[in-house]
Amino acid sequence: MKYIEPFRNGAVAWKIARRIATEADPHRDYYLMEFCGGHTHAISRYGIPGMLPGNIHMIHGPGCPVCVLPMGRLENMIQLAQTPGFIVCSYGDMLRVPTARGDSLLKQKARGADVRMIYSAADALQIALRNPQQQVVFLAIGFETTTPPTAVVIKQAQMLGLTNFTVFCNHVLTPSAISHILQSPEIRELGLVRLDGFIGPAHVSTIIGSKPYTYFAEEFQKPVVIAGFEPLDVMQAILMLIRQLNTGRAEVENEFTRAVLPDGNIKAQRLVAEVFELRRSFEWRGLGAVPYSALRIKSRFAEFDAERRFALPVLSVPDHKACECGAILRGVKHPRDCSIFGTACTPDNPLGSCMVSSEGACAAYYRYGRFREHDHDDTAKVH
Amino acid sequence: MRQAGKRKPVYTRKLDFRHGRVEMAHGSGGRAMTQLIDQLFIAAFDNDYLRQMNDQACFPVGSGRMVMSTDCHVVTPLFFPGGDIGSLSVHGTVNDIVMSGARPLYLSAGFILEEGLPLADLKRIVESMAAAAQAIPVPVITGDTKVVEQGSGDGIFITTTGIGVVPEGVHISSERAKPGDKILVSGTIGDHGIAILLAREDFAFYGTLESDTAALHDLVAAIVQTAPDMHVLRDPTRGGIATALNEIAHQSGVGMLLHEHCIPMKEQVGAVCEFLGFDPLYMANEGKLIAICAPQDANRLVDKMRAHPLGQNAAMIGEVIEDSHCFVQMETRFGGRRVVDWLSGDQLPRIC
Repeated sequence: MKYIEPFRNGAVAWKIARRIATEADPHRDYYLMEFCGGHTHAISRYGIPGMLPGNIHMIHGPGCPVCVLPMGRLENMIQLAQTPGFIVCSYGDMLRVPTARGDSLLKQKARGADVRMIYSAADALQIALRNPQQQVVFLAIGFETTTPPTAVVIKQAQMLGLTNFTVFCNHVLTPSAISHILQSPEIRELGLVRLDGFIGPAHVSTIIGSKPYTYFAEEFQKPVVIAGFEPLDVMQAILMLIRQLNTGRAEVENEFTRAVLPDGNIKAQRLVAEVFELRRSFEWRGLGAVPYSALRIKSRFAEFDAERRFALPVLSVPDHKACECGAILRGVKHPRDCSIFGTACTPDNPLGSCMVSSEGACAAYYRYGRFREHDHDDTAKVH
Repeated sequence: MRQAGKRKPVYTRKLDFRHGRVEMAHGSGGRAMTQLIDQLFIAAFDNDYLRQMNDQACFPVGSGRMVMSTDCHVVTPLFFPGGDIGSLSVHGTVNDIVMSGARPLYLSAGFILEEGLPLADLKRIVESMAAAAQAIPVPVITGDTKVVEQGSGDGIFITTTGIGVVPEGVHISSERAKPGDKILVSGTIGDHGIAILLAREDFAFYGTLESDTAALHDLVAAIVQTAPDMHVLRDPTRGGIATALNEIAHQSGVGMLLHEHCIPMKEQVGAVCEFLGFDPLYMANEGKLIAICAPQDANRLVDKMRAHPLGQNAAMIGEVIEDSHCFVQMETRFGGRRVVDWLSGDQLPRIC
């Protein structure tokens, strides 16, 4: 806790809040997207919106690992979980994500499927070692942060000569998703959505470094400030973005210098490059097909690739008709704009993936923010 | 636990508490069951009521309002730092009884044993239960035992029921929280939940944290003596203080405002929660209580609780406010404000 508490200091927070209030231009609005679910969580948990002036609007981005997994891929896993002799394991929130039919891996577990919650990729490997008669499939999800550990277990499985361990790889890439959002017709052509700048990912950037963001800072003229997941990090990043916007700069700045280097973690990058390769295209829930935005397992590790090994079909499953997760993930809509938010769709009975994880925009707003009835409109505005 | 008394044993060999295991016969009503009852349950819980050898316990009823509560106990692992399912099953029901301000009088116990449970474990659990009951003291005056086949249970399930009597003039109930009331907690939160989590999961990080499992009868007696007009008492077990406060807010039709910096928490609990992405407000407690009282009683109560061994870290953590939505809100240590919502499903660790 020693290294965390200083970044949660309330007195310092109000000092920064006063600076933000002083420096923010009252004659304009600021639309800032925090890409990561970790930031969404911190912003909601610490009540940051209440400390900002009304003309600063935080827009939740798509950086919530369970939110962007398309339903077809979840259906693949549910089908495998129903197959006798299979153990499906994944991270906690993933097990609760509902399909269009209202099914989930947890519900499958209640019906007798062997579904296990794991805390790390290494747990999945242990389960395979302890259950040599069962096929253990690790539903791997997440951005660049969770990818290196998956690479490690695939290499370990190969070293151990395991024949009952596979990975269903759904690892996705942050920079491609940000580019995709900025290239979307809503932003680029139609100018329907305003996005002035980004709070760049914390943990993802420890792996990829700060350099990959330079492209869209320059190309799209949007400032990026990489920030840690503690609330003071977020406040400081907001102040840095305001300063860039006020002076007409669009640069990549690093607030999270205690963990992020310009080149990132080279060792982790090499490991990822050894095991994975780029997919030409990958479907994101909410964003649709995004070119070069995800990884798959290289052919030399094919025996550990669940997709190849079990010839998993490509399933395309549309979202629930009333669910606005797609628009919310793109920053086009606010959870409040969804007609089923808080009524048909709640954290207890989520219809959309954004309501599942506390990093999801809807769940975070439902859990932490909905008491603010007079909450200022922090949706990206339609002009 | 149906029979007891001084009579000739119907068995010749002693139970093997070192290597023996629970068998189906221990629940089938024959000699094996009688032996288990005599050599384990009666020996541990020994009291006049059990010795009457009846199917029921017969006891006199005093005047005043009686309270009754029942609680089923399932926990993995059965033994954990700071306690076990035996002591927990006594503390759990006694605490439910005393949250009405009542004095606990009697307990009953139902055991569902899984075939194959080591008798050594069963003995340890029953003896721990007996010690917990004697320390209060509240006798276990009747009970029942069943055995289920291997695979149908989790070693042992214990259900206890308790009866108590409420002193005159005391009316503690969850619908009595009023705007302006103060919210107190008797000590650090989340100890039990985190201790169990660390004992259950293989995290490869270790701590010295112990469950806070304890009977709160004595602390409650001190509280009621200091503030007879106590409005609400609640032991925040499963779901932690967040769940308990949401329940009370709904039952009373009020809102609540908590101050995060006032909520007592051990550093280890905070660290584990931080590591896994859990919120300590939702972690279980087994030896803590929440007290909601009139503002003029609050300071005296905190002092009184702090003078008690089970209330040393007591603190005032917030107040009851008017709110038609019955939201529990919290002023974060950071300075912002947020809702402390009901838990949805189990708490799950965050991914990245």
